[in-house]
Amino acid sequence: MAPLLEITNLRKTFRLHIQGGVEIPVFDGLELTLSRGEVLAVTGPSGTGKSSLLKLIYGTYRAGAGRIAVRHRGSVIDIATATPRLIGEIRRHTIGSVTQFLRAIPRVPTLDIVAEPLLERGEDAGKAKARAGALLERLAIPPRLWHLSPVTFSGGEQQRVNIARGFAATAPILLLDEPTASLDPANRERVLGMISEASAEGTAIIGIFHDAAARNQVATRTFALTGPG
Amino acid sequence: MTETNDQPLLVAEGLGKLYGGRVGCVDVSFALWPGEVLAIVGESGSGKSTLLKCLSMQLEASSGRVRYRLRDGRTAALDELSEAERRFLMRTDWGFVHQDPRDGLRMGVSAGANIGERLMAVGERHYGRIRGAALDWLDRVEIEADRIDDSPLAYSGGMRQRLQIARNLVTGPRLVFMDEPTGGLDVSVQARLLDLMRRLTHGSGLSAVVVTHDLAVARLLSSRMMVMQGGRVIESGLTDQVLEDPQEPYTQLLVSSVLQV
Amino acid sequence: MTTAYNFAYLNEQTKRMIRRAILKAVAVPGYQVPFASREMPMPYGWGTGGVQLTASLLKPDDVLKAIDQGADDTTNAVSIRKFFVRTAGIATTEDTRRATVIQTRHRIPETPLAEGQILVLQVPIPEPLRFLEPRETETRKMHALEEYGVMHVKLYEDIARYGHIATTYAYPARVAERYVLDPSPIPKFDNPKLDRCPALQLFGAGREKRIYAIPPYSRVVSLDFEDHPFSVQRWDQPCALCGSRDSFLDEIIMDDQGTRMFVCSDTDHCGKRRAAGLGGR
Repeated sequence: MAPLLEITNLRKTFRLHIQGGVEIPVFDGLELTLSRGEVLAVTGPSGTGKSSLLKLIYGTYRAGAGRIAVRHRGSVIDIATATPRLIGEIRRHTIGSVTQFLRAIPRVPTLDIVAEPLLERGEDAGKAKARAGALLERLAIPPRLWHLSPVTFSGGEQQRVNIARGFAATAPILLLDEPTASLDPANRERVLGMISEASAEGTAIIGIFHDAAARNQVATRTFALTGPG
Repeated sequence: MTETNDQPLLVAEGLGKLYGGRVGCVDVSFALWPGEVLAIVGESGSGKSTLLKCLSMQLEASSGRVRYRLRDGRTAALDELSEAERRFLMRTDWGFVHQDPRDGLRMGVSAGANIGERLMAVGERHYGRIRGAALDWLDRVEIEADRIDDSPLAYSGGMRQRLQIARNLVTGPRLVFMDEPTGGLDVSVQARLLDLMRRLTHGSGLSAVVVTHDLAVARLLSSRMMVMQGGRVIESGLTDQVLEDPQEPYTQLLVSSVLQV
Repeated sequence: MTTAYNFAYLNEQTKRMIRRAILKAVAVPGYQVPFASREMPMPYGWGTGGVQLTASLLKPDDVLKAIDQGADDTTNAVSIRKFFVRTAGIATTEDTRRATVIQTRHRIPETPLAEGQILVLQVPIPEPLRFLEPRETETRKMHALEEYGVMHVKLYEDIARYGHIATTYAYPARVAERYVLDPSPIPKFDNPKLDRCPALQLFGAGREKRIYAIPPYSRVVSLDFEDHPFSVQRWDQPCALCGSRDSFLDEIIMDDQGTRMFVCSDTDHCGKRRAAGLGGR
């Protein structure tokens, strides 16, 4: 079975012009493949580029060199050279993402935030909201909070909204940046349960797990970053 | 929203505007698809307003051209349209939201008439339906129905801006140009307006080109972004790309200059 | 007639210029033709446009009727009539049927006009779009491109404010399905008379320097909404003098107690009816 994601020779370097053009290398020559159903845990000390790797795959960061090949709707697309429009399409259908922190927009209700990825796919509003509600319930965010903006929620609540949003529209690939970081044990278990289920259904997952126990519970493989060598 | 929209809605090719020897904007090329919101970001004098005016046919470009896909599927070069076709386009398929709502409203006429005017301009002759459409849009932009007969002179700045948006959207345009739509408004008023614009553009298939100096507005509204400096587009890409991984020195300066609250 | 004036006051070149403008106006019904309006021996606002039109058209055998607010004996009508008697020596009449040229301010005669007659109306502001669009450059474009939606904005405002279209005079109408015009401050009661009239109807604005025309038998349709159709004024009572129930009535206050009387504004029409034995109260 062909991999869903194939990264070859990936290099990322930050060039900070406003600080005299100093270059900060993140990694070089990185190779990685990901197949259906895998849960790949990216490990490594702080600053070795774990989040950067996820952002490169998602297209937020630009690659310095290399290839990030994604299986998208029957063809193989290199995200490193794809047009912004195509990356947008890939994000809507092929790669889902749960960032480390929720970007909460004031006045937008929680339910709408979670339903949004489905609406962007053209899903019917009623069905989208129903699915959003189901996910929020599963993550113990009670209905009385759904019409509120998550701006005033606790860190843990915000993270759970973020996760619900990431899982709303099922995509072949899912990127998770510290999904259990701010969660208490009960919620942590819920999230890990969702990850396992998704993986069992074939979703390929790349995750950054600070917590070794969580990592060990769900990861099928690890990928270690060691810093620029 | 489907992915069958293969053809771009608006294409700029090598667009430029010179004022004598002075550069307004130069060598601007991009394509905009249905449902996309493009932010044009830059500081004063960057050429972003000039670019917007060239795109929306308010200024005649010195070089390059702009192509637009009309409702019937035909793509037309805007400079080849007749005056009548241009004006019709501006009244039906396009919208333009000015920074100062007074430039985009008839201040001497009621809010209902402001919204209804475009409908009357395209031949709607039933008072009841016109008023119904006006009430519907007032509701969508969160203005109370009992303000329908008030003149915009009696409205606050934020209300006027929302009324301007309603007036532009009543004919179901496919492309809306916005020039600093939140400029001059109080922060809380801005937030409400941005939320409205976000709801109206996202998932409705409406395309928009938004000129702003405020990166937060760009982040909130747009899926793609162009950064302008000295009349040129110096960086462009997806909004999160440009804001989180800026490549050019000027872009890095802009992004780092924004205070985090 | 004194020999100091050319026939009908204006010199022949000026009359030619105005007749050319009239021809243009007739060729494009409702289109406002600019013309070089002359200094007349009466101030702007006193019918100089109408006077120039009449002066250009008069022949020695013409018979002129001049009315103001429907009456032949009001100040304006009297002085215009005297002006033309003095400068052209033509015959005058109060009888609508006998006149070949009728110059009027603010009313159209009740007696239907006939082929061969010319009605000259005095217009203060010829541009029907002016109230909403102050720029001449813009209104010219709007006429050229038939962008008349804004006229309905005015009617919409009336209905929103008063529950009905409150415009009662200078009511905009569309000529020959093309141009929208201001029919001068005639009451909307008279608008139907503009439609398919056998006579030539000319409009002159001296201060604004515009001439426009409705050729004989042209369709003239007053603007309205589907659910608020155009309608004319009606009175509860007939004319107190002649009993007419279908002419435009003026309201006259009789005394300090507020007693009022309604009489025909068209004095010729009323007088004829009374002469024929028709009476009022």
